[in-house]
Amino acid sequence: MATHTAPDPALDAHAGGHDVHKTRKTAMWVFLGSECLFFGSMIATFLLYRNTTEGGPGAELFNVPFTSASSFVLLMSSLTMVLAHNAFERKDSRQGRVWLAGTALLGSIFLAGQIFEFTEFVHEGLTLSTSPFGSSFYMLTGFHGAHVAIGVMMLAAMFILSLTGRLNDEHGLNVELVGLYWHFVDIVWIVIFTVIYLLQV
Amino acid sequence: MAVTTEHVELTSTGERGLWAWITTVDHKRIGLLYAVTAFAFFIFGGIEALFVRWQLAQPNGEVLSAAAYNQLFTMHGLTMVFLVVMPIAAAFTNYFLPILLGARDVAFPRLNAFSYWLFLFAGIIIYTSFFVGGAPDGAWVGYSPLATQLPEVVRMDYWSIGLQLLGVASIASSANFIATVFTMRAPGMTLLRMPVFVWMALVVAFLLIFSLPPVAIGLFQLFFDRNFGTVFYEAAAGGDPLLWQHLFWLFGHPEVYVLILPAMGIVSEVLPVFSRKPLFGYEFVVFSGVAIGFVGFGVWSHHMFTSGMGTVAEAGFGIATMIIAVPTGVKIFNWIGTTWGGRLRFDTPMLFSLGFIAMFVIGGLSGVTHAIVPADTQQHDSYYVVAHFHYVLFGGAIFGYVAGVYYWFGKWTGRMLNERIGKWHFWLMLIGFNLTFAPQHILGLNGMPRRTYRYGEGLGWDFWNLISTIGAFTIAVSILVFAYNIIVSRKKGEIAGNDPWDGRTLEWSISSPPPVHNFDEIPVVTSLDDFWHKKYAEDEEGRAVAMPAVTGGTLVDTGPEDTDGHDEHHEDMHMPSPSYYPALTSLGIGITGYGLIYLSWGWVAIAVGGMITLWGLFGWSLEPVTRDEH
Amino acid sequence: MPPTFGAVRTNVGENDKVTRRSQQHERPQGRRRLFRISRLLGPAALLIALSACSGSGPQSSLEPQGPIAQDIDGLWELVLILATIVFVLVMIGFFVSIFRFRERKNDDREPKQVHGNTRLEIVWTIIPAVLLAVLAVPTIQTLFEVREVPEGPDVLQVRVTGHQWWWEFEYPDFVGDDGRVLNTANELHIPAETKVNLTMTSADVIHSFWIPPLNGKRDVVPGRATTLTLEADGDVLLTNNGFGEGVILGQCAEFCGLAHADMRMRVFVHSDAEFAEWAQGQLEPAEVAADGPAAAGYETFTQVCTACHQATVQLPDGTIETVGPENFITAGEFEFRSSFGPNLTHFGGRTTFGGASFDTPWANPESLAHLEQWLANPADIKPMDPDRNDIPNGRILGMPNLGLSGEDIDNLIAMLEGWD
Repeated sequence: MATHTAPDPALDAHAGGHDVHKTRKTAMWVFLGSECLFFGSMIATFLLYRNTTEGGPGAELFNVPFTSASSFVLLMSSLTMVLAHNAFERKDSRQGRVWLAGTALLGSIFLAGQIFEFTEFVHEGLTLSTSPFGSSFYMLTGFHGAHVAIGVMMLAAMFILSLTGRLNDEHGLNVELVGLYWHFVDIVWIVIFTVIYLLQV
Repeated sequence: MAVTTEHVELTSTGERGLWAWITTVDHKRIGLLYAVTAFAFFIFGGIEALFVRWQLAQPNGEVLSAAAYNQLFTMHGLTMVFLVVMPIAAAFTNYFLPILLGARDVAFPRLNAFSYWLFLFAGIIIYTSFFVGGAPDGAWVGYSPLATQLPEVVRMDYWSIGLQLLGVASIASSANFIATVFTMRAPGMTLLRMPVFVWMALVVAFLLIFSLPPVAIGLFQLFFDRNFGTVFYEAAAGGDPLLWQHLFWLFGHPEVYVLILPAMGIVSEVLPVFSRKPLFGYEFVVFSGVAIGFVGFGVWSHHMFTSGMGTVAEAGFGIATMIIAVPTGVKIFNWIGTTWGGRLRFDTPMLFSLGFIAMFVIGGLSGVTHAIVPADTQQHDSYYVVAHFHYVLFGGAIFGYVAGVYYWFGKWTGRMLNERIGKWHFWLMLIGFNLTFAPQHILGLNGMPRRTYRYGEGLGWDFWNLISTIGAFTIAVSILVFAYNIIVSRKKGEIAGNDPWDGRTLEWSISSPPPVHNFDEIPVVTSLDDFWHKKYAEDEEGRAVAMPAVTGGTLVDTGPEDTDGHDEHHEDMHMPSPSYYPALTSLGIGITGYGLIYLSWGWVAIAVGGMITLWGLFGWSLEPVTRDEH
Repeated sequence: MPPTFGAVRTNVGENDKVTRRSQQHERPQGRRRLFRISRLLGPAALLIALSACSGSGPQSSLEPQGPIAQDIDGLWELVLILATIVFVLVMIGFFVSIFRFRERKNDDREPKQVHGNTRLEIVWTIIPAVLLAVLAVPTIQTLFEVREVPEGPDVLQVRVTGHQWWWEFEYPDFVGDDGRVLNTANELHIPAETKVNLTMTSADVIHSFWIPPLNGKRDVVPGRATTLTLEADGDVLLTNNGFGEGVILGQCAEFCGLAHADMRMRVFVHSDAEFAEWAQGQLEPAEVAADGPAAAGYETFTQVCTACHQATVQLPDGTIETVGPENFITAGEFEFRSSFGPNLTHFGGRTTFGGASFDTPWANPESLAHLEQWLANPADIKPMDPDRNDIPNGRILGMPNLGLSGEDIDNLIAMLEGWD
């Protein structure tokens, strides 16, 4: 509140003189705090059931090198996200768009890997109903995948907005907020990857 | 530019008509929508309670079948918690949080509208279940595996989808309130100058943000167990039914504070005004509220003392539960301290606030008896518990919110509620309440379990059950009196003026009802209870003395020095334009929710709802905040 | 009890009128004070009445009938007294403040603007904390005592399986010559002054086992084995709470669906000798009559009832056989009997049926109609949902309408009455 900037006259007026960026970022951080508990609850469920395979397939299904590779892809997407943000900060939307597309592409590769993995596991007999292990594995990784997918959609939307020159602070979608979300989803994956794949081996 | 003083224009708060209300993004209108909706649901929930009490008036009651009884008590709990107390708290928060902070609206006005519409659609979805084969009947806690036992009966899907949508609405509005508090306070409004009500709303927002995700996961798991064949809670397949209880109460206990803290905030606003003294120990009241919020996350398992968690865990949670009594006691002592040495006026808001204190002391003390784990194994799931939480949530929360209605009705409508009828309302409700719930302590200790649709003769329960039923109908009469008061006073009540109670906080500095933009000029705040200090100084004895310059209870120009150096004028203000996208998006989500309940053919609804949602979100994100800007 | 509460009610009522009137006319101070005090005493009197009323009824936790419930009740009374003292003190402060500092017409001085007092805050933070710390000691002590699982040869072991909506009891240490383990339903027989260790699980949803006069409740959770200790005093044998000497009532305390209210049970407390005699009798087979209605009833029984119910019978030719299905579930390290319906071998010796919700005709002749109705269509008198039964998957929501004729029913009742 100390430094009073007025980035947007309309918002400024209705809100009585506050920093729109700060407000949006606060809300995003609060939302991500909520997401921590969301994933935390699923991780707790998985930890409870990690050995409850009821005679069905368990951790031996995991192909750690494969998943490590797709995890690496997702981590790299955080890097491209930072580069995209930097480019837009510099008002270089041409380069920003490139990095946005790159981020979305890397996210999609991760998703493709996940779909491949799920298909493999189902073929080997691990389904939602096999055991509490199966239920909690698919729920945790599935919900994470859904988060990545939503992220990819937001990246795509920003890419299109940027093409039409309408990517500005006026809209809820802006690079910094989507970036925050994207980094969060990546960090959560590191935790999930550790808990599911690394702790089991 | 000063607010005109005695001029009251009761319809000056914006455009009229249904469309204006559907597209409104004004936090005050959204607050009123919450209030009216909550009151409607309160009537439904109350009728359900009356049926329950009618059935239990005598042994072997035959008013209701077991199936009907189970639906009615489940819906009563669900309604009162999620569709009455939470939204009425949201109503007060919406309406007054920005005004008390000196802001013109909440941080995200359209998100605010979205929260309201989603709440409304979720409530409607839950209630339509009555017309299509029966309402949820697994108790509001929905313990698995009972809740997952009959996947072919959709009742509990209504419950899980309804709660899930309500959760989304609450998360959105909580993030909104937190962002508002942290980034939109008026110049000079430091955190420790915020009214206690705002503080409590802030604590509640944090509680919801962190407690809703666990139950959302639990609800997903339960929904998947019912519909997708997962085995999270299926004991035969290795699942653990207690997991649901942990996830539910990890939300459910903080939820109790979500329900009561805003009421405590209201009481903390009312008592100083009617005592003509500042709140005793403001910092302690604030920090005890924050402490209750923190400790509230560490006591969830006291709802599970009979479930077989292990003795050490039980001992730990028992002690944690005792600890929570300390900050609660601090609040009560400070409230009594506030009245001590004051000049007490017993207008209806004050009566309800005092009633709140007395009833809450009883509820708090019976809560301490639950921390005595061995004693709790007798009390748990008996009518004693029913008595306890009604003392907290009805004698406590509802009394607090009714105090808020009497206190702020004038600000909402420009007219005061009738005091004489208000006092009838208070005494009827106090007597009816105690008649209903005090006997339930005895019933529970004498072995009557809750959630039972009938009981046999010879158990010694007949007399108290009859008294309790008489009490319930007395409460119903008091609610009729209340409704009558609202209807009559809205048309013919005394004109409120800006500051009918000689108030202390910023809402009393503006007209009743407030203009769309709240403040012609953003106030500059120099102290706690800023408005009071603009009206009164203190003499050498410390007594309040009216300042001659600002008699008439009106805030004139907020002062020459605008510390932030911005001087906006009325003509420059651009309030956010109305938007139908929030309502449209919620409608889409609601239709999708409906489809999820009927998965076999509901994909049509899911597809249609999904498209409407996307349309709403797309329009929302491309729509400028103020339309005339471009 | 009732008169006390009546008095409280009148007080509040009068008070209501007077307070309203006093808005218009100033009342003499004395009268006013009286009414303020009566308002204070209202809830307090209720609490005192509550504590004075040592509880009543055959299912009351306030009338403990064994040492464990006694311990819990002692703890409860301690908390009640402390809470009442705190309540009275707080309310005295509350009402004194309300009375002393009410607005007076002849005094328009504004109050002193006191903002707080840190010393007071510390005092009223510490005092409750100390009180609670004091309370925590006996709480934790009693908790560990109550939760202790009794061991040794003197302990009676009982396995409990909760079903929608009845209780199954098995006594694993009581085995008959034919290898049959003592197995009964809804009526738990125990010797007085003996520790009984219940090991419990559920066949379907969560239930809670609660006999308030003997102990607090304990949930009965599918997939888990929980324990609860019961012990009845010797003088229970002579106590009659309206349901017979030595009879204590209890019921399921965790909402378990439709007939949760009708999932009741009774405990019969015996002397050691009586208990031994009862147990011996339970291990004998039921005798099948050679002819007459009871024999015809057995015909129907083997055709219809044994789809779910089990019975061990001695046929007229002297052979002993067990008819009907058996089912077991495991939870924790224990195996529990989980029958599809109550074992009927000694149904004639039971005083209740239908989750201990109805008297048997031999315990109460007026209840013959109930048993007849039950056999005609059980869901008519106890809310159940047998149409949704899925027995292979363990979902049993009640006994279906078996389409029995009036004659079948009479015959079955004749047979059951003989099976005591």
